[in-house]
Amino acid sequence: MTGKNRENYNKNYVAYVNSFAPKTHHFKNCLRAFLVGGFICCIGQFLRFILEIAFHLSGDELAGTVSVLLIFLGTLLTGLGVYDRIGRNAGAGSIVPITGFANSVCSPAIEFKTEGWIYGTAAKMFVVAGPIIVFGVLAGTAVGLIYLLLP
Amino acid sequence: MYEEYLQILFMFFKAFVVGGLICAIAQVIINITDWTAGKILVYFMLAGIALQGLGLYQYLVDFAGAGATVPICGFGYLLANGAMRGAEKGLFGAFTGALSAAAAGVSAAVIFSCIMAVIFKSKSKKN
Repeated sequence: MTGKNRENYNKNYVAYVNSFAPKTHHFKNCLRAFLVGGFICCIGQFLRFILEIAFHLSGDELAGTVSVLLIFLGTLLTGLGVYDRIGRNAGAGSIVPITGFANSVCSPAIEFKTEGWIYGTAAKMFVVAGPIIVFGVLAGTAVGLIYLLLP
Repeated sequence: MYEEYLQILFMFFKAFVVGGLICAIAQVIINITDWTAGKILVYFMLAGIALQGLGLYQYLVDFAGAGATVPICGFGYLLANGAMRGAEKGLFGAFTGALSAAAAGVSAAVIFSCIMAVIFKSKSKKN
């Protein structure tokens, strides 16, 4: 086999292999992420609404309390093993909300408990959260300094 | 009276759509590039910081409420907002503003995770 013939043969082979690979359902994935993400945000909005009426919180305190409650829910669901099951179906819908951040802290904390409290739980807790805090502090402080220097 | 209920319902709708759209964008990126959860979280938070640094994210928060603050970009918004507010007080404020704004979230994540680690055992990944 030479030249064009061989090229065709390769193309056919690639098509043949691809026909067996599991298809990724782009649209379906996005729809699921949209629905689950939107639902979690609605829970946040609901908490906001309740806290505003019942405890008369406002501004930073309100936003902070909502985050804390959502993080609590995220860690609790992770501990119960529910969040992983949601995540398998929802993809980004469970990663991007703040509950996903809570999951990324809590999941290794529980998982590595067997390696001890210091080098297991405490150290592995920041596998994903560490980079977020590092880049958050770097970029946040940069924004603050730029804001300070600009007239 | 009706209008008030409608307004509340509309607020939920806006939160749902905006929050859902942010997650859908993340899903599109995952579909295309195979990024892992950590990478998505870091880049979305940086996007939140950048947008708030330019003063744009505030509009989204005013529009969508929890739809903009619950996704991880909202965490970035919080950091940038804290830094900018600190900067109004001076250099020390600019230096400490970002992390002190994030204190509630980070403390909650650490404390609750420790509690959950005490209570629960790790589940097998099969179920």
